Amino acid sequence: MSQQNKNEWPLWEVFIRSKAGLDHKHAGSLHAADAQMAIENARDVYTRRMEGVSIWVVESKHIRASDPGEAASLYEPATDKIYRHPTFYDLPDEVKYM
Amino acid sequence: MTVHSFQEHFDSLIDREIAIEPKDWMPDNYRKTLIRQISQHAHSEIIGMLPEGNWITRAPSLRRKAVLLAKVQDEAGHGLYLYSAAETLGISRDEMYDQLHTGKAKYSSIFNYPTLTWADIGAIGWLVDGAAIMNQVPLCRTSYGPYARAMVRVCKEESFHQRQGFEIMLTLSKGTEVQRKMAQDAFNRWWWPSLMMFGPPDAESPHTEQSVRWRIKRFTNDELRQKFVDVTTEQAKVLGLDMPDPEIKWNEERGHYDFGKINWDEFWNVVKGNGPCNKQRLEARNKAWNEGQWVRDAAMAYAAKKKNKAAEAA
Repeated sequence: MSQQNKNEWPLWEVFIRSKAGLDHKHAGSLHAADAQMAIENARDVYTRRMEGVSIWVVESKHIRASDPGEAASLYEPATDKIYRHPTFYDLPDEVKYM
Repeated sequence: MTVHSFQEHFDSLIDREIAIEPKDWMPDNYRKTLIRQISQHAHSEIIGMLPEGNWITRAPSLRRKAVLLAKVQDEAGHGLYLYSAAETLGISRDEMYDQLHTGKAKYSSIFNYPTLTWADIGAIGWLVDGAAIMNQVPLCRTSYGPYARAMVRVCKEESFHQRQGFEIMLTLSKGTEVQRKMAQDAFNRWWWPSLMMFGPPDAESPHTEQSVRWRIKRFTNDELRQKFVDVTTEQAKVLGLDMPDPEIKWNEERGHYDFGKINWDEFWNVVKGNGPCNKQRLEARNKAWNEGQWVRDAAMAYAAKKKNKAAEAA
């Protein structure tokens, strides 16, 4: 269905840090001719109300994503290891702050 | 997995209110319906800038002008959020633009009405954005993740739009007699088209059932329309304006306002391209797109040049 038009500006994914101390979080995507323009457009599109203090952009074609169809085999190894959670362990009530 | 089990998995995600994400399997019709709905929504945001842009240079004060500029810029932003949500379904931006520019894709018919006076800017914010919010708030919980996330942003920004419109109407309705009349006239002209924004009556809306099942739609057209009538009728009292519909009457039994018959012939006529401004809107879009071609080309050429220079220097 998708016909990537050769004349179309490349697609970029935008990540925004909402304030110092927090991670950059995916905000959306946009088209821009280069990285600098992508940052400037991201400023206008995604931070009109002071939503960010830092912007990352990466061309969408460079993103590699896991396949949802393989989710079962990919995450299965974690499901039977409940001993990785602190709630797995029974402690006497007298033990506090552990 | 067989197609059958893909379908079962999809249905179970929908039933459990778990979001569908771009790489998940989805039925072709779900994809197609979403592309149509999201792109039409995006087109509406973009075309919606035109009637309001008409008044930016003639806003009555610097404050009103700054506010209107910010609002129109928001509409552009909303269009962009939505276009990129649609792109995650596998349609390119240029394909969508092409559908808009050739008239193949529709946008909300309301934008085919003219903005004759400054009061129209108030009426659009109050009524058109008010109706849009009512339509859009439930979409923040729609089943397709990227669409729902875009709608959360849109709805957050949209509420300032409605308030600024109501404030314009309030100022005019408490102003001179001429200003009050201007507000009433705008109300009269935008009321019925705003009711039509919710789409045809449920009985004539064949896709509603499927869309509700897919959680692309969470309330029917008539349910949302009634809610809008109820809320707006109360707001008109605050403005001291007369309802443009003489049949508006509180119905104790239903707990809702009854209202008059909507002229659906007019609605379909505008949808088919015969509204007061259909031609003008499409021409303006095409002109902007065509005359911007050299800018897009130049930006690509400049980016390529910079890239080459960087490669040579390395």
